[in-house]
Amino acid sequence: MGRIMDRVNGLVRKLPTWVVYILCLLPVPWLLYLAQTGGLGVEPIKALEHELGQIALKLLVAGLAITPLRRYAGLNLIKFRRCLGLLAFIYVSLHLVVWLVLDVGIPSQIWADIIKRPYVTIGMAGFLCLVPLAATSNNYAIRKLGPKWRTLHKLTYLAVILGGVHFVWLVKGFQLEPLIYMAVILGLLALRLPKRRKRQSI
Amino acid sequence: MANRWINTLKDKDVTPEAAFMNRRQIMGGALAGIGLAGISTGASAAPEGLEPNTYEEITSYNNYYEFGTGKDDPAKYAKALTIDPWTVEIDGMVDKPGAYAFEDILKAMTIEERLYKFRCVEAWSMVVPWNGFELADLLNMAGVQSGAKYVAFETALRPDEMPGVAYPVLDWPYVEGLRLDEAMHPLTIMATGVYGKDILKQNGAPLRLVVPWKYGYKSIKSVVKITLTDTQPATSWNKANAREYGFYSNVNPTVDHPRWSQASERAIGGGLFSKRIPTEMFNGYEEDVAALYAGMDLTKDI
Repeated sequence: MGRIMDRVNGLVRKLPTWVVYILCLLPVPWLLYLAQTGGLGVEPIKALEHELGQIALKLLVAGLAITPLRRYAGLNLIKFRRCLGLLAFIYVSLHLVVWLVLDVGIPSQIWADIIKRPYVTIGMAGFLCLVPLAATSNNYAIRKLGPKWRTLHKLTYLAVILGGVHFVWLVKGFQLEPLIYMAVILGLLALRLPKRRKRQSI
Repeated sequence: MANRWINTLKDKDVTPEAAFMNRRQIMGGALAGIGLAGISTGASAAPEGLEPNTYEEITSYNNYYEFGTGKDDPAKYAKALTIDPWTVEIDGMVDKPGAYAFEDILKAMTIEERLYKFRCVEAWSMVVPWNGFELADLLNMAGVQSGAKYVAFETALRPDEMPGVAYPVLDWPYVEGLRLDEAMHPLTIMATGVYGKDILKQNGAPLRLVVPWKYGYKSIKSVVKITLTDTQPATSWNKANAREYGFYSNVNPTVDHPRWSQASERAIGGGLFSKRIPTEMFNGYEEDVAALYAGMDLTKDI
């Protein structure tokens, strides 16, 4: 088992991160093409907005899975964590731009929505959490911030919870999909809780 | 009682006569009453720019949660619904309660074309050329008793044919209700067609309510039961979330949904760069229906 994982980890190490960037960004032109050609249905604005938001959430969840995968399965994907985080930030930003420009488009209503609609407020808060993380996702910032960098980047946990709540809160009726996302997010966070110390017998 | 409301849309918007007589309605012998005369002469107060959505738009972007919560789920899955035979049970405070066969209802009703704006609570809208009959005619056929104050409606519940009801998105079956005066209003119809064709299953075949001044979810689909009652009936979305969905659910740009604004809406069909348009009080039917709510505080009775 361990030997198989060593081989997998060896192969993963050879995969350059730029490949992940390109693969994960391919949906952007594809979705824009679909939106223009009817592939997203007769209301492409909401469809595009939802697709981008869901991809962002998936990327955040993927980023959250990296530590537990290493700890419990021995799979080391740590070299892709920054790239997943930045990709999530790109998708959240695109999601926000579609909402601001194409969906609402009325400045007074944008501001009213951010203040008055809790799910929008929460979504915006999640986005704001990601801004300093994206800004410090470079080697210079890591060196400069030292141990503070780790503390700062714990903000990811808050951002992903806010993203999950944003999704749960915006749907009508009792819907399963956002709750599944929320359960996965909470599960991945629970795996990080410090284990209860076993009483040592002397 | 038919033809009590005249479309105020322009001639160019009207579907050619041949196109809006559908097969079943011709078989039903309801030819005589098709309200073409009324439609073609009534071009007076046409709201500018109101044009019907395409058949494709109307039949591909639907909320019918019994078939799934995605907008394209009804078009994908509603095919499984058996609509022939279909009976509508009319009971409660009526003189002639019973199970009415859909064919028999059609034979007795006058089918008209009604070009209505349809405003969803999710802040989008379409313009739909419905074919249908006035609900008042159906209720009068059953004989409404004097004590009746409300009308309750129920959608078919077929777990074998409706994949969405496996999930408790709502408390199935879907139920809706109107006050009797709303139900008897000339604008309130039971639609059996769209663009002159039999109404498709994703749009609520074989017959569905259409109340154009209320949010779309009031216009209950695939109706199997109509009950006249003296107490306000429960309604599905109100049961799911009373704070967000009231019994009346009149389109009202001044009362926001707690989670989003109702001041504007997106007209479906404008593509990726379409702008929101202002939502009108009672969805533009204020002149016709405001009197129904005289003296009520519509910010409280949502």
